[in-house]
Amino acid sequence: MSAPNQSPLTSHESPSYSPLGYPTNLLAPGQTYETVNKTIAEIPLSRAPMSWRFGFFVAFLLLMMFLVAITWLFAKGVGIWGVNIPVAWGFAIVNFVWWVGIAHAGTFISAILLLLFQHWRTAINRFTEAMTLFAVACAGSMPLLHLGRPWVFYWLFPYPDTMGVWPQFRSPLVWDVFAVGTYFTISLLCVVSLDFSVAIVPGWHSTIFPPYFVAGAIYSGFAMSLNIVIPVRKIYHLEHLITERYLNNMANIMLATGLIVAYGYFIEAFMAFYSGDIFERYMMMNRAFGPYGWVFWTLMVFNVLVPQTLWSARIRRNTVALFIVALFINAGMWIERFVIVVTSLTRDFTPSAWHMYSPTKWDWMTLFGSVGLFLTLQFLFIRLVPMISISETRELVAEPDKATIK
Amino acid sequence: MKRERQIPITDHRSPITRANSTDEFAPGASEWPAGLSRREFLRLSSATLALAGLGACTKQPLEKIVPYVEQPEVVIPGKPLRFATATQYDGFGQGLLVTGYEGRPTKIEGNPTHPASLGATSVWAQADVLDLYDPDRAQTVTTGGGIKTLDDFWNALNLALESVKPAAGATLRILTEAISSPTLLAQLADVMQKFPAARWCIWDPLNRDNLNANEWLCDFSKAKVVVALESDFLYAHPYALRYARDFSNARRIIDAEGARMSRFYAAEPTPTITGSNADHRIAVAARDILPLAQAIATRAGLTELDGLKPSSSSDGKIHHPWQDWIEAVVRDLKANRGASVIITGETQPLEVHALVSQINTKLGNNGVTISPVPPLALPANRIGFRELVDEMRGGAVELLIVLGGNPRYDAAADFDFAAAFEKVKLRVHHSVYFNETSRHSHWHIPALHFLESWSDTRAFDGSVSIAQPLIEPMYAGTSAHEVLEALTGQSPRTSYEIVHTRWQTENPVPDFEAKWRRALSDGIVRELAAPSFPNHGESPALAASASLPAERERTEMQGSKLELLFRPDVSVRDGRYANNGWLQELPRQFSKLVWDNAALISPQLAKREELENGDIVDVTFRDRTIQAPVWIQPGQAENSVTMPLGYGREVAGRVGRNVGFNAYALRTADAFWFGDGLTIRKNGARHSFVGTQQHHDVHGPRGILHDGTFEEFVSNPHFAQEKENHPSIDETLYNPTEYPYKGYKWGMVVDLNVCIGCHACTIACQAENNIPVVGKQQVAMHREMHWIRVDTYYSGAADDPEFTHQPVPCMHCENAPCELVCPVGATVHDDEGLNLQVYNRCVGTRYCSNNCPYKVRRFNFLEYNNGLSPTEKLVKNPDVTVRSRGVMEKCTYCIQRINAARITAELEKRTIGDGDIVPACAQVCPVEAIVFGNMNDTRSRVAHLKRSPLNYWMLGELNTRPRTTYFAKLRNRSSDL
Repeated sequence: MSAPNQSPLTSHESPSYSPLGYPTNLLAPGQTYETVNKTIAEIPLSRAPMSWRFGFFVAFLLLMMFLVAITWLFAKGVGIWGVNIPVAWGFAIVNFVWWVGIAHAGTFISAILLLLFQHWRTAINRFTEAMTLFAVACAGSMPLLHLGRPWVFYWLFPYPDTMGVWPQFRSPLVWDVFAVGTYFTISLLCVVSLDFSVAIVPGWHSTIFPPYFVAGAIYSGFAMSLNIVIPVRKIYHLEHLITERYLNNMANIMLATGLIVAYGYFIEAFMAFYSGDIFERYMMMNRAFGPYGWVFWTLMVFNVLVPQTLWSARIRRNTVALFIVALFINAGMWIERFVIVVTSLTRDFTPSAWHMYSPTKWDWMTLFGSVGLFLTLQFLFIRLVPMISISETRELVAEPDKATIK
Repeated sequence: MKRERQIPITDHRSPITRANSTDEFAPGASEWPAGLSRREFLRLSSATLALAGLGACTKQPLEKIVPYVEQPEVVIPGKPLRFATATQYDGFGQGLLVTGYEGRPTKIEGNPTHPASLGATSVWAQADVLDLYDPDRAQTVTTGGGIKTLDDFWNALNLALESVKPAAGATLRILTEAISSPTLLAQLADVMQKFPAARWCIWDPLNRDNLNANEWLCDFSKAKVVVALESDFLYAHPYALRYARDFSNARRIIDAEGARMSRFYAAEPTPTITGSNADHRIAVAARDILPLAQAIATRAGLTELDGLKPSSSSDGKIHHPWQDWIEAVVRDLKANRGASVIITGETQPLEVHALVSQINTKLGNNGVTISPVPPLALPANRIGFRELVDEMRGGAVELLIVLGGNPRYDAAADFDFAAAFEKVKLRVHHSVYFNETSRHSHWHIPALHFLESWSDTRAFDGSVSIAQPLIEPMYAGTSAHEVLEALTGQSPRTSYEIVHTRWQTENPVPDFEAKWRRALSDGIVRELAAPSFPNHGESPALAASASLPAERERTEMQGSKLELLFRPDVSVRDGRYANNGWLQELPRQFSKLVWDNAALISPQLAKREELENGDIVDVTFRDRTIQAPVWIQPGQAENSVTMPLGYGREVAGRVGRNVGFNAYALRTADAFWFGDGLTIRKNGARHSFVGTQQHHDVHGPRGILHDGTFEEFVSNPHFAQEKENHPSIDETLYNPTEYPYKGYKWGMVVDLNVCIGCHACTIACQAENNIPVVGKQQVAMHREMHWIRVDTYYSGAADDPEFTHQPVPCMHCENAPCELVCPVGATVHDDEGLNLQVYNRCVGTRYCSNNCPYKVRRFNFLEYNNGLSPTEKLVKNPDVTVRSRGVMEKCTYCIQRINAARITAELEKRTIGDGDIVPACAQVCPVEAIVFGNMNDTRSRVAHLKRSPLNYWMLGELNTRPRTTYFAKLRNRSSDL
């Protein structure tokens, strides 16, 4: 709409909206090559604002806590966590699946949106790709920490062992190794979900997991993107580059994937009863009304009820509200993995072996420590690298019709 | 070892000779393979050189090792030897076979030729080997906290004896535990002869004084009807192992044809192993057992002529809640005259025993199913415990020698033993552990463990065994024989000399040595007479021995007054096993609690008093109050509160100190086993209990347990299998016959119908397979390591449930869910169908455990084998890997025993025969409920059992095709109930 040579930074004209209330512009009016250059490139070249310093400090503290937790873990063993028999998988796996899910949004944005010629990836794709890398770093550390004997982790790789021993290719964990190693493929979450589907544990053994895990991954990935983009956009005054249209579209994707996830929950419950299988039925009743029932209902509120507010265009455009909803979804997705991993294991086939699971302080330190690792990397990224692709943004400046909904 | 040679059992399985093998060495090891070229030779030598260099990289241990200078006869390094020996529990002998590696005993088994064992052992015998190596055992002679030598003690003792001698020992008292050793009793008789004015006394907190002359030997194999009026004859009885075997043999069912099953009625106030196996069990307060017995007696036809005192509740007219039960019992008893057994336990008063004896006589059981126990003669000059304590309090005792036991801890509270003890001028305590009594004694002399010392012992049925040691004494201790020898003032001799001489003197036969050796090898004396002594004494009056008040308070049946029961703990007994980690961590049979005792209350009482598990209550009884946490026990009599004894030890080792509460603090002589007049008051505090099983309900038709009645079985033998839903073998994408298991095909059957739930398999497995003790905190996090657990499920009403015990080892599934999920292939199948766990390969993803529907896998969450003292390491079985942190483990079907049998069979050029391999759980099982073998051998026992209509798969619907299968549980119901 506005010509490229018009002057820029001051102009905060109200953005235009489609009849349905969608923001139509990917770029605020008045952007030129120079303004784009300056806005983006100035950030790493100037002094860091106080908010960055404070945020980095907190993140770094969390990271240090992570290191303490890991050091103690390596010294003592996974027994410092709350894992037990029957709940042999605990926070480490919950965190792993959660981080992998978050990593997924970057893959989705950089790959799928590109393939679909969606230009609203321009201002956020570098963010989300960076986020993906960092989330993969967090996710990748988890299975390693999870191992009873982490120093022999490489036995999961198919390397030419002198004794001719290979990994067991029937195990979903080996598929995970390949999938994490090639995380760019969309199927990563499908593969991770097979860790559960392939097992015979009621609550895990379900064919719906692959699609529903992918939907959940995109769901949490966009939520995490929003949780990062919204404050960054505010602090570095990037509203004219990351316009409401981006936020609105991301919120729409969340709403859509959130509905798929909700459908997944419904089908899981339906199939448990439809199957007539005593173990499945009991699993579902236990999940909703057993000792961990409150976790399940928290999940329902966080992941199903709260996101319904996104039907409202006002919420989608309200950055504070959107930020909060995204927080709920992130927490909700973590809880979802907890429900799947832990609640299913606490009560499976043999009642005599049923036991509760309670995380220790080391579990929590590992969870929040991994958030520290993620945020530290994210802060460094913001500080050191132009966080938006300058050339791609300038492409929008040069070809304004790409930046507007017709 | 000089003259005192131990004699290994003459078992064809023990030392393996290579006589049958033509090749001494493996092929290629002793000569060049043919056709070795120069090139090949050079290649090998260079490789050898290179490898020799590599060897320098490994850090060798610095300890000096010393080879045998003279190879001892029969000892082959790495080959275990088994010796027959014996020990005693509550004064009754038990024959054992102990496995040792190069003089290091590691595993205790029962002696199949011993009538009180028949090859099985109790949980305590399994745990005894851990006590041997317990670093908390008393290690030196001490006096007043200072370390002294044994010679110092002998000198001090001689001095003291000099001063008691003038008065013929009038101030000398000897206090022993229950003893039955012929040699020890003869020595005691000698001491009494030398000091005619001296007295001796037996104190056993779990004594059987109530039985007096009513001790019977029952033959449950001949009984068609068994009635137990508060008797735990299957578990806590000196003849329990034998009884359990006989009892189960009368109930074992394999085929429908000719199936027969005895019927078992039980009445008891608190669930015991015995009661839990009853076809009809009623929960009756201990005080109501007498009226119950009277009611049975009257109906069984005992009239006043037989000496039955009329009782208000026994006239048969008053209706009480157990009317139906009594009627059914009496009908069955009458229908089976001469083929029934009524038994009551040591916790019931003399009158119940007298009554039960009369009923048995009336029913014609005498001489058929029951016979009198041969009496044990005791030396003269024995006094009752009450008398001894009175004398001590009066200052009449100057020298008190306490042989074993812990009276300062376990004497009845109203005796005030502690104060009386302080009045004795010189107190000597001789015991394996330094305990409460030792702390308050002037001298403490470490006793030798029974695996370190020679002795002899007498079983419940009178059969005598000689106990031979397996190991040199580990510490500066001495045996009771040597202490008594010192009292008679003879020149010191070793236990071996004492025991051997006594036997030799008693049996002046020319071939004594041969017979002695035979007795040692067999573990039971058949051809020799046990040492005897002339001066037999009358047993002291019962009233003096602390158990029975002259007049017992009678209450109406079903009185609402609370009743307190004192019961030996199922793990630590009277407290003597408090420092044994295996026993502390062995789940208590019903509550599955570990590392604790709890005041057991009924669900009804809990409701009335608004109590929950773990609530601490003030228990006031006879003006004494203690605090105890409660545990709600289904099947407990409504108004009975059970206090397990043996906890709250103040001077035990690191394991047993301050575990649980001390119920002895409430126990008085007039309420030795039970008494009325108890109040409980919730005090608001809480205790956190730790148990291994929290859900005792099978939650619907899950295919875990199948049970039914005997009638149901007779009309439809396949009733259990019909409840099963096995997927067809070809419902798979793979070739279902890809692995045909052509060689051996190992399998196991667990017969739930005869399993009594004693947990011996759990602890035997722990001993055999180096399973660590993890402690209360780790069990609280559900990390117990037992490879075979015993699940107990309740069915029916909470106040009157039925119990089913189910031992659960690894199922060794043919379609094992654990195997396909392991990313590194650390759990794999072998060609004999074993589900193997390769510790070295395991990286610890724990996926296998998640996918195991039986949850039998155990994980080393932490390094559980760190910090073992050098002695504790000695108990480890050298044939089994000690697992490190981070690896998964589970039942292997005792693969080390399979391989030992394989080696033997290969050397003897034959196949492994049925019965050559006995896993530890099967070996210990008193009822032979666990059978292992080759399913491909159609004549094997296991194959026979697998063909039984009772055989079923646990969770068979999952198509795991388990190799461990179960027999459905049958109950032989009376048609009247």
